[in-house]
Amino acid sequence: MVQVREAPERQAMGGARPDAIVVRGMSKAYGEIQALDDVSLDVAAGTIHGLLGPNGAGKTTLVRILTTLLPPDNGRAWVAGFDVAREATQLRSRIGLAGQSAAVDEYLTGRENLELVGRLYHLNRSTAERRAVELLERFDLTEAADRRSKTYSGGMRRRLDLAASLVADPEVLLLDEPTTGLDPRARRELWAVIRQLVSGGTTVLLTTQYLEEADELADRITVIDLGRVIAEGTAQELKQRTHGDVLSVVVNDPAQAEAACRAVARHGSGVARIDDDGVTVTMPVAGGAAKLAAIIRDLDTDGVAISDIGVRQPSLDDVFLALTGHTAGADRAD
Amino acid sequence: MHDTMTALRIEARWALADTLAMARRNLIRYVRSPELLVFSTINPVMFVLLFTYVFGGAIDVGPGNYINFLLPGILVQTVVFGAVQTGVGLAEDLSSGMVDRYRSLPMARSAVMAGRILADTVRNVFVVLLMIGVGYAIGFRFNASVAAIIAIPIILVIFGQAFSWISAAIGVSVREAETAQVAGFVWIFPLTFMSSMFVPVHTMPGWLEAFASVNPITVTVDLLRGLSQGGEIMPSLWQAAAWTVGLVVLCSTVAITQYRRLS
Ligand SMILES: Nc1ncnc2c1ncn2[C@@H]1O[C@H](COP(=O)(O)OP(=O)(O)OP(=O)(O)O)[C@@H](O)[C@H]1O
Ligand SMILES: [Mg+2]
Repeated sequence: MVQVREAPERQAMGGARPDAIVVRGMSKAYGEIQALDDVSLDVAAGTIHGLLGPNGAGKTTLVRILTTLLPPDNGRAWVAGFDVAREATQLRSRIGLAGQSAAVDEYLTGRENLELVGRLYHLNRSTAERRAVELLERFDLTEAADRRSKTYSGGMRRRLDLAASLVADPEVLLLDEPTTGLDPRARRELWAVIRQLVSGGTTVLLTTQYLEEADELADRITVIDLGRVIAEGTAQELKQRTHGDVLSVVVNDPAQAEAACRAVARHGSGVARIDDDGVTVTMPVAGGAAKLAAIIRDLDTDGVAISDIGVRQPSLDDVFLALTGHTAGADRAD
Repeated sequence: MHDTMTALRIEARWALADTLAMARRNLIRYVRSPELLVFSTINPVMFVLLFTYVFGGAIDVGPGNYINFLLPGILVQTVVFGAVQTGVGLAEDLSSGMVDRYRSLPMARSAVMAGRILADTVRNVFVVLLMIGVGYAIGFRFNASVAAIIAIPIILVIFGQAFSWISAAIGVSVREAETAQVAGFVWIFPLTFMSSMFVPVHTMPGWLEAFASVNPITVTVDLLRGLSQGGEIMPSLWQAAAWTVGLVVLCSTVAITQYRRLS
């Protein structure tokens, strides 16, 4: 019989909150590219952990290692108490994976897809059928249940893929960019489902490039870039890393954006930069609101016409910039 | 000791159940994708009709009618061409991420490939019987014992499986459906034509005849001709058996090793 053992790291930590995922010193290289470099993280059971990073950061690589699809070069990891390298089979029966591209069999109907996955988790036929019905209902696919999934929209496919990862009621759910390609409404609906799962006790590790998504969903966030962990904490903690608030100024004429940058830079505690829209200038400021009057005066003196100005809490976007020196979404090649 | 035996038995039962589940899934895909059905049934039927009526008059195969000579060859061609689909299907599942999902499940690792080969074998049984039916309709006749007639589809299916393993090894190596398709046909085409499939090998130039006589397709076609028309089956029986066993052992080893190394 299979004995559920605690990972050594987990025993050492003790306490009331066992960790559903423990990663220690994980490294993985593809030839020259160091996809993961000494990554460690802990995810407490029953929480949502966000793994946030731009393209090529190593998110998928870590998810593949944690789901036993890829052997690490160095380091160890435990998921649901099982060692990814030594106890792969037991581990697989306790996890659910929704990979970066939806693994949906287009020639099968939604129902058949879920029933097949149920059978492969070794549920008996009636349990597999019942789970399929429940999940189709929960993901709003009942009407499309007996249509080939080839005819599904991108959002429906994503939902079916997520449903498939839940067939065996996993302890730990790994979601690799689950909302990529969804419209804002579908994204919010998926968030609601994920929150609901966690309230039922499931642990979720989710990767994302959307700072908003990590902010919305995750109890804790690990930021990775170029294979390394560069920050870890709650969204609130990470925001404090920018040392203060963010000033944003919208100029009327894009030609004046540079001038606005120079004017606000005299008051800031960081780098002023122009957003992609060409008219918004943002900059971290310590003591935010108190400086507003002086900044407006300076802009006026320099002849910069503005349509909006304000001080706001930093977004994770700002945090990312402060931590990495580049914005999220910038590629490894840049 | 007893416990390990029980554990092994349970594991074997699951491996079988997983293989059947995967085979069923692959067969559903066949039935639902018209292009695959056409490719694996209409094509061989067209071949048999074309060769019989277009070339039949021009190719001299000695006594007996051409369809009796041709059909065993076309049957072998059918299972060999059909084998390409094994690799294409595997490559498709690899590139679409389906295999990632399967590998993250507690299912038997062997079941993805075994289920694929089993499905292709079931399809071969169906297509071989269909082809024999078509052959009968246009004049083919067995001239053999019942045992020999029963042996024919069995040999075809086993030979087809050997080629499915070659194709599986290619599929897991290239991991991309189009490449697997090209990499499959690029050697199968010359191999089938440089054999006794359509013409007797003694009509070929010397160097080609030398190659054609040891070609696994030639020995299998000759074996089936012997069986279906009550002719000589030695030494083609041993040669065909040796080729089949050799190919299965070698290619299944390569395919399984490659699959285990997937990451
Ligand atoms: N099979 C592979 N062979 C070679 N290099 C790879 C392979 N898989 C990933 N890489 C490289 O490893 C690095 C990390 O890739 P990974 O897919 O883990 O990033 P990611 O954070 O998931 O990115 P994205 O947001 O684009 O999905 C990248 O530089 C990538 O090019
Ligand atoms: Mg990725």
